[in-house]
Amino acid sequence: MAPFDIAIVSVFLMASPVILAPCCAKSRGLTIYLSFAVTAAASLAAVAAGILAVHYGTNTSAIVQMGLPDLPFHLRLDPLAGFFLCVIGLLSLFVSIYSIGYVKGFSPSRPIVRFVVFYALFIVGMLLVVLADDAFFFLVAWELMAASSYFLVMYEDEKAENRRSAYLYLVIAHVGAIAILLSFGVMAGLANGFESFQGYTFDSMRATTYPVGWATAAFLLSFFGFAAKAGVIPLHVWLPEAHPVAPSNISALMSGVMLKTSIYGIVRITFDFLKFFPWWWGGIVLVLGLISAVLGVLYALMQHDLKRLLAYHSVENIGIILIGLGLSMIFTSFQFPVLAALALIAALYHTLNHAMFKGLLFMGAGAVLHATHERNMEEMGGLIHRMPWTSVFFLVGCVSIAALPPFNGFVSEWLTFQAFLLSPALQRPILNLLIPLGAALLALTGALAAACFVKAFGVTFLGHWRGHQSIQRVHEVGWHMRTGMMLAAVTCFALGIFPTIVINWMDVLPERLVGGRIAASAGAYGWMWLTPYARERASYSGFNVFIGIMLVVFVVWLLLHARKKAVHRVPIWDCGFEKINARMQYTATSFSMPIRRIFGFFFHIREESQAVEPIRHPAYPEKLQYRLRVRDRFWNWLYKPIGEGAFFIARKIGNLQQGRIQVYLIYSLVTIIVLLVFLG
Amino acid sequence: MTAYSYTIEAVQILLLLFAAPAFAGWVRTVKCRMQGRTYAGIFQPYRDLAKLFSKDVILAENASWIFRVTPYIVFGVTVMIGGIIPLISIDLPFAATADVIALVMLFAIIRFFTALAGMDIGTAFGGMGSSREMTISSLAEPAMLMAVFTASLAANSTSLTQMVHVMAHGEFTLRPSLAFALLAFIMVHLTETGRVPVDNPSTHLELTMIHEAMILEYSGRHLALIEWASMMKLFIFSSLGIAVFCPWGIAASGDLVGMLIGAGVLAAKLAVLGIILVLIETGLAKMRLFRLTEFLGSAFLLATLGMLSFFILE
Amino acid sequence: MTTSFAAQVNSIMAALILLTAFGLLVQRRILGLLHLFAWQGLFLCLSTAIVGYVTGVHHLFISSILTLTLKVIVLPYILYALIEKLHIKKEIETLVNIPATMLIGIALVIFSYHLTAPITQLSTLVTRSTLAVALATVMLGLLMMVTRRHAVTQIIGFLALENGLFFAATSATYGMPMVVELGVALDILIAAFIFGIFFFHINTTFDSLDVEQMAKLKEED
Repeated sequence: MAPFDIAIVSVFLMASPVILAPCCAKSRGLTIYLSFAVTAAASLAAVAAGILAVHYGTNTSAIVQMGLPDLPFHLRLDPLAGFFLCVIGLLSLFVSIYSIGYVKGFSPSRPIVRFVVFYALFIVGMLLVVLADDAFFFLVAWELMAASSYFLVMYEDEKAENRRSAYLYLVIAHVGAIAILLSFGVMAGLANGFESFQGYTFDSMRATTYPVGWATAAFLLSFFGFAAKAGVIPLHVWLPEAHPVAPSNISALMSGVMLKTSIYGIVRITFDFLKFFPWWWGGIVLVLGLISAVLGVLYALMQHDLKRLLAYHSVENIGIILIGLGLSMIFTSFQFPVLAALALIAALYHTLNHAMFKGLLFMGAGAVLHATHERNMEEMGGLIHRMPWTSVFFLVGCVSIAALPPFNGFVSEWLTFQAFLLSPALQRPILNLLIPLGAALLALTGALAAACFVKAFGVTFLGHWRGHQSIQRVHEVGWHMRTGMMLAAVTCFALGIFPTIVINWMDVLPERLVGGRIAASAGAYGWMWLTPYARERASYSGFNVFIGIMLVVFVVWLLLHARKKAVHRVPIWDCGFEKINARMQYTATSFSMPIRRIFGFFFHIREESQAVEPIRHPAYPEKLQYRLRVRDRFWNWLYKPIGEGAFFIARKIGNLQQGRIQVYLIYSLVTIIVLLVFLG
Repeated sequence: MTAYSYTIEAVQILLLLFAAPAFAGWVRTVKCRMQGRTYAGIFQPYRDLAKLFSKDVILAENASWIFRVTPYIVFGVTVMIGGIIPLISIDLPFAATADVIALVMLFAIIRFFTALAGMDIGTAFGGMGSSREMTISSLAEPAMLMAVFTASLAANSTSLTQMVHVMAHGEFTLRPSLAFALLAFIMVHLTETGRVPVDNPSTHLELTMIHEAMILEYSGRHLALIEWASMMKLFIFSSLGIAVFCPWGIAASGDLVGMLIGAGVLAAKLAVLGIILVLIETGLAKMRLFRLTEFLGSAFLLATLGMLSFFILE
Repeated sequence: MTTSFAAQVNSIMAALILLTAFGLLVQRRILGLLHLFAWQGLFLCLSTAIVGYVTGVHHLFISSILTLTLKVIVLPYILYALIEKLHIKKEIETLVNIPATMLIGIALVIFSYHLTAPITQLSTLVTRSTLAVALATVMLGLLMMVTRRHAVTQIIGFLALENGLFFAATSATYGMPMVVELGVALDILIAAFIFGIFFFHINTTFDSLDVEQMAKLKEED
């Protein structure tokens, strides 16, 4: 079977729970098992289709006689679509397995069918977004994805907070969709004139050369639209609201792959349709990427809601992906195809990596939520003793996202660094000076991310239990959930150890998009060595790192355990302090206090503490009340003025309503006169 | 890739393992002398390690596997880094495993796990140490990267072998960029190895310790591994600085005489560096935690000036 | 000494001048500022001498000696005497957000490089690459005057700015004509005396050298 056919089968299979689930709605268990087994199988098919499509570099397209008359739907599977198919399929496979256990844990009063149907539609939407080959179908799929994820975010709709978050998500998604629609309009119009509709296919957009001015308009519009969906700062506000309230498997999918469809859109439009562009487009992408990366991680550090923290990290990682894309665009515009290929590979590899580790982390957060019914890290602690498996998988996710070798996050960040450090090749002095500073910001991001995940893992899993109820009721999650997490963890590891194989596989993408390839140099020394540019330039071997560490650890362990020494379990020493209790531990808030103080400018901090009764002596209050509120500054800087402006304008326009029939007739009269004057 | 080059690799790792405590001892001895205290000689660290290895392990009752695994990981990563950087010869089979940037990240593994271990027992000290360590490192990392980047500009490579090769055997030029990068590197060195203006390696005073706070609950062989690893880290950072900024004398190929000379030169350079370290440590007072932003900000400034002066002046 | 080696040494001097300019920007102690200023003058004097030696433009030696006497010895001495007299030798100025100031400084350096890059490409002088540093020194001096509140440090900022101008003249055209240079030197010297007199007046009027106090002079409405 050709990859394209497998992809089609995958889409239909993925859509089948929409019919299957209502049929077997009687049995809750059957619905869950059947639906998620089917979606897992469909995901597997999508992965297969994606891998093969990239491997063979296929370019299959088809026309489906559906939709409006004269405007059929076009489908196409090329390597770029195949790559994203693979990313979506891989994570939805893991999440589907995980969901069996997770959804079973929903309270019996919740309707399962609704969840399953929207779950399937959501993934179908994402698959169709990457398969679509005309603007019309793309937007239909895009809306399918947005709408079904809206219903999933609102699944637990009894809380006002959830409804509000879902609404915010819907608003921003649609503002973005409008911008994308306009961008397609510009390109379609230039492709085939504004009189005919035939410019709406991607093929005609691809075949057109655009004048710079219009190309810029199309780029800026589409970038704005996709940035809104991807959560690029300052359009990120919906992300930390919507992700925490959605069920965790949905958060994993939204954060892991739905955001990536925006990356797909940006790559598709800039590299595939517009092709030639001035360097400052790349500059915009790079700068926004850097801002998102640094601020995303800083805001993440201030969170103590585990899922909110992860949501802010998605902002950060989208930023890192955009950094790679921006560099690639800059290199492309200065005609350095090989460097552009390196940066593009870095961006796309990070896309894949982020899908894996962020999916894993959200699944882990879901497992914790499932076991403790708690999202607030300040109420957790010591879970490593109760949930040994989950803690291992979560740790793998933490190590990966903190970009530590030999896991996958490191590889893509390292490639991004290499792309940064190759910027002296550009013959533009000012860029030579500015771009390395971006590398410093990326280093800051990486180090802050490490700090953030020490906090996330340390406060959640290590130390003592801080919650009000007993830790005894916390139990390890079932094997479905563990399997889902384990598969994601293993993938994270494999992607870190065997990057060269993956890069060789995906090398066709930059070849098609920017005209350069790096596999020849990247894999020149076999699968063990990653030498992206040249061996003399830089090299890395994840496999060696892993084997080296393990070897030393093993030898040292053997040597030390050759002679048996007793291990005495004793009460905590703590410099001889005896009355230690769980409340004396560092909390999430106190852990991030130094960073909060150093980077205080970026936050809106309100901190107050007051002594509450009884006060015998002002210097020694018996009890202190401490309140801390840290907020995103963008609410006050950007959204509040816009919101207030909208209300202001609405009120002014509201004045038109007089409630008197004569006034409305005057409006009509004036309109008619104006139209006659101007059109006559 | 012959057996011979693997032998060199093994020799280098053994050298690292057994010379690192001596270097730490040397620094301590010089420091004692300079501050007018009596000293136990440069071999005291060996005796300390032997004592710790022979003791039983006292483990807090709620210590998890993270706490027990961390010393091994810390030790393993440190030894592996020692196998990558060129100490006495630049012809190492493992040298290509990681370039400078990857090396920085390898040090981050050590920090990550030590910080986790600090939080594992659930004492206030441990959490405090972890929080401070991660804060400081996140400020040090950009400075470190800029310093490394500036140094790599001259060689047009981030591979250590290549950088050392170009520095040691290329045409000699006066480079202001490298001078700046070196200053920045020294500041980062002090930070990463926990020396005086940032952290005090010999303090156990609650409010000032950072690294010691994280490893407070360790004992026996676990403590020995961590102590040994941190001595190696001092050794590695010092020789990394030497390799990048002052590599003259290192053996270009694996011939025996060249390597012996290389070892001798390295020992001399380390001895001098130790004295410089002591001078810095004795001359400066430990900084307040929030003054460190300025200290590390200056390191970043220096490294960035180095980068700028490369493009502007060279 | 070959030309290329001299150019390298000159680059080092330029780098050191830039470094001292940054040092001036973030130094809190007034005495430390004076030392840094003297060092900057010394580097400037050395750089001028090197350029004079390499190019054979001999009046640069006179400029160099003039710099040495005026900026390394006389002016620091006058200022030292001044702060001795006003009992502010040990004074420490509170500075807000040093890292941010440094980042602004870096941005200014990049900006100056961007501005001078076209000139540098046209020029054929040995010293052309240091022009960016000279302009940056001027800007950093101005930035110092903006961020500081103490009258004495503002004067030092002004003098550092003048150092930058002098350096720019050397690197762009191998120095200004002798007459102009002598005139400028005299101006600086006289300016220093006038500043000294002003300090005394400010100090007696406000009982402090904090220039924020001058806000009191604004007429209330």
